[in-house]
Amino acid sequence: MGIHDRLIEDVGLRRGVSRLTPEKIEKTVNAVLKNETGARLKVYSETCMRCGMCATACHYAQSHPDDPSYTPAGKVRQTLDVLLDKGGKVEPDFIYGMAQLAYTECNLCRRCVHYCPIGIDTGYIMTVIRRICHKLGVTPQYIQDTAHSHSATFNQMWVKDDEWADTLQWQEEEAREEFPNMRIPLDKEGADIYYSVIAPEPKFRTQLIYQAAAIMHAAGVDWTMPAEPGWDNSDMCMFTGDFEMMGRLKRRHFESAQKLKVKRIVMGECGHAFRSIYDVGNRWDGWMWHPIPVVHSIEFFWELMRDGKIKLAKKYPGPVTVHDPCNVVRGRGLHEKLRELVRFLIDGDIVEMASHGEHNICCTAGGGVINCGPPFKNVRVAGSKSKAEELKATGVKTIVAPCHNCHGGLEDTVHAYHLGMEIKFLGDIIYECMEKPEA
Amino acid sequence: MNTIYEFVTGPLAWLTWTAFFAGCAWRLASMYKLAKSKDTSSIAFMSWKYSLRSIAHWVTPFATLGWRKNPALTVATFLFHVLIFAVPIFLTAHVMLWDQFFGISFPAIPDPIGDYLTIVVIALCVFFAVRRLQDPNVRYITKKADWIALAIVFAPFMTGFLAFRQILDYDTMIILHILAGEIMLVAIPWTRLSHMVFAVFTRSYMGSEFGGVRHARDW
Ligand code: SF4
Ligand code: SF4
Repeated sequence: MGIHDRLIEDVGLRRGVSRLTPEKIEKTVNAVLKNETGARLKVYSETCMRCGMCATACHYAQSHPDDPSYTPAGKVRQTLDVLLDKGGKVEPDFIYGMAQLAYTECNLCRRCVHYCPIGIDTGYIMTVIRRICHKLGVTPQYIQDTAHSHSATFNQMWVKDDEWADTLQWQEEEAREEFPNMRIPLDKEGADIYYSVIAPEPKFRTQLIYQAAAIMHAAGVDWTMPAEPGWDNSDMCMFTGDFEMMGRLKRRHFESAQKLKVKRIVMGECGHAFRSIYDVGNRWDGWMWHPIPVVHSIEFFWELMRDGKIKLAKKYPGPVTVHDPCNVVRGRGLHEKLRELVRFLIDGDIVEMASHGEHNICCTAGGGVINCGPPFKNVRVAGSKSKAEELKATGVKTIVAPCHNCHGGLEDTVHAYHLGMEIKFLGDIIYECMEKPEA
Repeated sequence: MNTIYEFVTGPLAWLTWTAFFAGCAWRLASMYKLAKSKDTSSIAFMSWKYSLRSIAHWVTPFATLGWRKNPALTVATFLFHVLIFAVPIFLTAHVMLWDQFFGISFPAIPDPIGDYLTIVVIALCVFFAVRRLQDPNVRYITKKADWIALAIVFAPFMTGFLAFRQILDYDTMIILHILAGEIMLVAIPWTRLSHMVFAVFTRSYMGSEFGGVRHARDW
């Protein structure tokens, strides 16, 4: 039982492993452990009591109830424990399995934190393992491609510089019919809000930019988007373990906002990008907090609602269930505001899943897992069985999920388990239901 | 026999206490130094308020998701931890030692109750051992160090019980009992039992991150 019984062929992992030698592995493992980790990892590995309390926390383990190798501590046993026990003297084949496990069987969702009396953060341990894999050059091909895109273009989707500005102008033009005066203000100095998105939005979810612009317009917000790189707040490098690149991305993002002298950064409905900017990347860059306040869409929309800036022409038909994205709920405690906002927007009840709020179950796409691409899709969907069961038990037809990754993951889950549910962003609902000034 | 007894309760006992305190202090100090040099982006967020909030929840049975989802283990864990401190400290025979060695005196647990509680501790050790062997999730992650830790705690209670009941040779048993207790104290900083000194910090750290940065509960 374990990762080596379920290896999946991936070009990136295979090629990376083929270049390894035991000497290189030993050197790299020990360099990362010695130079980049400290008391935190040491105490975690020493004081984990192997009590197994965390076993049922993880949706992978819930979805594979008879296989302990999917439990949080079980994952540590197959990775960090082995590295420490053997002092980094492991074979290249071992690294293949270790990488597959760390990149595709842990969403870094931190649900297991709520189960561990000692306070061990398995997500952190898996991050260290990913860091080692990155340094060894053993990363799944798909996610590594997005990381390469980050390095080359400062966005995740190889969006070219002119393509970005063109896309925004195209959306502005599209909106002419509905909102004759609507602008997507580029590089507006001193704006109240700097709105940032992830690169998949201009690439293939342009309607989200359209909707956000429409909401900003209807609410009369003083906002801007940057014309130059820095506009993409996403961060696959954080997930591959390429922290140097993560730092460059975050610095570019903050500097782009600082250059425009904006008051706040409002981030689109994405969870991992929020984690990167709010919690992780900023620290790598030496910021304890943030050079410019960072606000997630949930909170921003909530403020618009509180201040009466969004007026509804109708309410969205409920009942709905709310999916809490880990990175803004366990990562920022926005679950209450999310529910207040949803209650304002819908006609009907919120039917909660058995695990909700901070105790939510991850969509199984997070932590870069969905970005590892098609080779690992089936295993990911299998891991979301317990999520599917909770979704099904609500009996509702609509899931509100304010996160891109969650959408991707939930779509696959809804499809695979025949749940017949639709998945909505907050922006989708607000745009559909709001009073449109010039309409 | 008498000289061995004198030795283990005399010089060896002092040595043990010294090793225990020095070991704990050393481990804490060196870990702090390591944290200072390598984990600054973590310790910067330490907060008293959120540390205490987290600890308060986790020292309360069933106050956290993890405890609620593992009810049998929760009862066993709390009982076990209370007893492994309470029994050795408040047992009549030990209260006399506290007085004799450190000049502190306080009321004791009556012997029959102490005996009964010792049996509870032994039963709990058996429970943990059976769980390690039986529960596939626990068996999968169990390492030698976990058995060593359990054995180290089990030994003084088992030998204490045998000595008190005079089931085997009392004189041998009492010496074994004292040695087992001494081994436990010395081992605390260097085995899994070190969670006794470190868990408060891991807990505090998690509480601080969740409370101060993530504005979410960690329980
Ligand atoms: S997926 Fe989430 S619950 Fe499972 S081990 Fe990773 S962080 Fe813990
Ligand atoms: S609950 Fe914590 S201490 Fe227990 S096995 Fe899991 S990580 Fe280790």
